[in-house]
Amino acid sequence: MSEVVSLKINGMPIEVPFGTTVLVALLTNGVTGIRRSVTGEPRGPLCGIGVCFECRVTINAQPHCRSCQILCQDGMDVRTE
Amino acid sequence: MSPRAYDVVIVGAGIVGAACAAECASAGLKVAVVEATFVGSGATAAGMGHIVIMDESDAQFVLTRYSQALWDELADELPPDCEFRKYGTIWIAADEEELGLLRRKEQFYRERGISVELLDERTLAEAEPNLRRDLRGGLLVPGDSVLYPPCAARFLLERARDRGATTFFGQPVVRLDESKVKLRDGSSIAAGVIINATGTWASELTPGLAIKKRKGHLAITERYPGIVHHQLVEVGYLKSTHAHEAEAVAFNVQPRPTGQLLIGSSRQYSAEDPRVDHNILARMLARACEYIPQLAELSVIRTWTGFRAATPDNLPLIGPLPGRERIYLATGHEGLGITMSLGTAKLLVAHVLNWPLPIPIEPYLPSRMEHAACLRSSL
Repeated sequence: MSEVVSLKINGMPIEVPFGTTVLVALLTNGVTGIRRSVTGEPRGPLCGIGVCFECRVTINAQPHCRSCQILCQDGMDVRTE
Repeated sequence: MSPRAYDVVIVGAGIVGAACAAECASAGLKVAVVEATFVGSGATAAGMGHIVIMDESDAQFVLTRYSQALWDELADELPPDCEFRKYGTIWIAADEEELGLLRRKEQFYRERGISVELLDERTLAEAEPNLRRDLRGGLLVPGDSVLYPPCAARFLLERARDRGATTFFGQPVVRLDESKVKLRDGSSIAAGVIINATGTWASELTPGLAIKKRKGHLAITERYPGIVHHQLVEVGYLKSTHAHEAEAVAFNVQPRPTGQLLIGSSRQYSAEDPRVDHNILARMLARACEYIPQLAELSVIRTWTGFRAATPDNLPLIGPLPGRERIYLATGHEGLGITMSLGTAKLLVAHVLNWPLPIPIEPYLPSRMEHAACLRSSL
């Protein structure tokens, strides 16, 4: 098993240790504005345990994925708003 | 007897009661609306908000077409939160038998001057690329629309208020007398005419009405814009609604202007429990996924139920109660209350004021039921 996984955040290639959640990958790579509300307000993660839905991102073209609940995988394409 | 306080007292502020209030007030009548809870708290808030021309019978067609034209006239005045959109309906055929139903439906509409377009496998796939590919065809009815019913009901009630109507909320009515409605707190409101617009609860105030509760489930997704462009309904929906079987589900999906998808539908008789029935919900969602496989990947954020007011002949009850001519009914619209509300209100006001009727009222008069056992007991 490889020690790191490679993925892209908004097109930028990054590597993170195996077992890292997508949310942690975002935060440790300087992405804090995760999404925007329907009225355009910037939103960011609040609970980190899958309840608040404020950390949703698009992963491999699938919108509304809770980044705090999903582990990074090789080749993932993560998009924030 | 105390002098009449109001010309018309409307019981129930769902979309039908609200439409009646707006129409009565516009006609210059002194109107009161009495509502047990809040605007649209029954079937109005639970329903999809599909303004649709239907073809189950000529009477159903005439009232849905007339009402749809009234919605179209009103569309420019509706505030943005009513989310009125002319998305059109596509009725979908999955097999040869349903293709036959679709062609009959096409003919029915064409003969009556409704613009429709028959879609083959290719043009259906172009119109809705996320439908599964082995479907046989569709019938596009471009004049159908969608809206958000609770806000539409609120708008109609505000219009009534602007034209002088009085509203009483949180006031359950316990009895309809000949010239007054009695509230639970013991007080009464005197009325020239009383309109019972309490939907599925109408028989609690007017005993003997053969209105049955028909439970429905809906689910709504997160925002996924662009997956569906029209209200999509399987044409076999008619098969399942015609058969008065105990339980049925059908594919019926509506795009909301927010990008959310409203997923239906289910029909259950003899189900009094308002809680979500997870067996039915699972069947309903599975049915929807059969038609749009991609739905299985989406997040549903809320599910709920509601009760439609169903009559034995699938037509509403609009008009005076036989033997008690000052009590009117405006109920029994089943799944078409949003569509039919505006036409119902016009018919009622014309009947109350003895004005010329915009369409024949006979098919909807409660008196039709006396021999058809709709009014089960003597009144």
